Amino acid sequence: MHIPDGFIDGKTAAATVLLSAAGVGLAMRQVRLRLPARRVPLLGLAAAFLFAAQMVNFPVAGGTSGHLMGGVLAAALLGPSAAVAVLTTVLIVQCFLFADGGVLALGANVFNMAIVGGAGGYAIYCGVRRWLPGTRGQVAAVAFAGWCSTVLAAVCCAGQLAWSGTVGWPVAFTAMTSVHMVIGAGEGLISALVLLAIQRARPELANELGGAEPPRRGDELVRYGLLAALGLALFVAPFACPWPDGLESVAARLGFEHSAAPPAVPAPAADYQAPGVRWAVGATALAGAAGTVVVFGLAWLLARLLVPKPDEKAHPAKP
Amino acid sequence: MIDHWIGHHHSGGDSVVSRLPAGLKLGMGLVIIVGTVLAPPGAMGWYVAMAVVLAASVILGRMPVWFLLKRLAWLSPFVLGVAVVNAFQPGARGSWQTVAVKSTICLLTVILMSNTTPFSRVLRVLRAVRVPGLLITTMALMHRYLFVLVEEAERMRRARASRTFTRPRRFRWHLSSTVVGQLFVRASERAERIYDAMCARGWK
Repeated sequence: MHIPDGFIDGKTAAATVLLSAAGVGLAMRQVRLRLPARRVPLLGLAAAFLFAAQMVNFPVAGGTSGHLMGGVLAAALLGPSAAVAVLTTVLIVQCFLFADGGVLALGANVFNMAIVGGAGGYAIYCGVRRWLPGTRGQVAAVAFAGWCSTVLAAVCCAGQLAWSGTVGWPVAFTAMTSVHMVIGAGEGLISALVLLAIQRARPELANELGGAEPPRRGDELVRYGLLAALGLALFVAPFACPWPDGLESVAARLGFEHSAAPPAVPAPAADYQAPGVRWAVGATALAGAAGTVVVFGLAWLLARLLVPKPDEKAHPAKP
Repeated sequence: MIDHWIGHHHSGGDSVVSRLPAGLKLGMGLVIIVGTVLAPPGAMGWYVAMAVVLAASVILGRMPVWFLLKRLAWLSPFVLGVAVVNAFQPGARGSWQTVAVKSTICLLTVILMSNTTPFSRVLRVLRAVRVPGLLITTMALMHRYLFVLVEEAERMRRARASRTFTRPRRFRWHLSSTVVGQLFVRASERAERIYDAMCARGWK
């Protein structure tokens, strides 16, 4: 999902750089306030860990393989602000050292993968954990949040590409979302398995930093939420309105219908003319909504399957 | 794949380009990238000029062309993906070509920059332009331990492979995730040791 240079135009780059700078600045402030000095090297090591973890292959059918992306896993292990810092570092190093992801697109990539994927995923993780306590809840929450964050980041990416006029929104949204709904399932499963492995090897590592009841994370999450909402409103909302007529009438009322710059891509953005394309967008959105419910159920089942009942763990095999 | 990531860097040795000051190189790279991204679709002159500049720095920097092509091919799945997506759209072919040219120029610029400038110099430039110190510390540590951890993961994979005779399909994900989990445990233990070492050397 790393957007290369040349795929987003000046205005999108500027908007995403501003949003990401605000998010990363917020994360830096929170990390400086909350993270004990002892943990500072852990940020660098966690970044290196994420990079190395992406090298470990998970075989999928037919000779292909997937790998962990780790936004939600990092957030669950380190807390949201440290995760944003770590994910931003990974993206910067990937950009400057390996040319993976563009320099001007760095803002967009940080916004999609660190702020929406990391902090946004953490908000979902927290929400689920409030409903489902214990280790089971943690595993289910990581699996579910991993899927959601992947799909959300893909939707943001599609919005940015469409806003730049590189790809039309219907096609970008359909392709990105449907592919990442599948990828996200793998991401959720891997995140849950890895968290469980850490939980088994060093339970205090999985609980101490971000997993245990986080003190006063509310205001922090609200700020990231505002940033993510602002980004979604900018990139996705103009396209996502299911009634284009409504959007156009608003544009006409505000009087900028014809003052808008001529689009770089002539055909698709002009109007939702092709019924097939319009249908595909609706179907993808519907599949996403249904998928959320299904994936939540699957995450819960997975947690039940993987984590033994708390009672059995507390009182192992009676004599 | 691991070999690819570790062995992808071409140590350009001593050349005119690698001797240029890092700040100047990064600045020029940024100018090329910003100019290319902002250039209107029809600005052939700009693209040709940039191609000439890049070709000149490839020759002056004594970069092997085959290596550059391999890097480009490795990084272009996204470009291909958008090409496939655009194939479903009528009338988008022209914009697709522009995007491909733009992204190739920018990719080449970054590959050239990253292969002629040591990362520590890049960090020094970033520090000079007031990037937060915490971010720079994190980047420096990540860069230092990146290859250590990649090698550690590879060692664990090899150790596991040499001890497991047959790997039933359904256990593979389980095994891989154990490796990743163990990697995190080791990384955080290493972080503790690094902190102690930093303190012992008078950090802060």
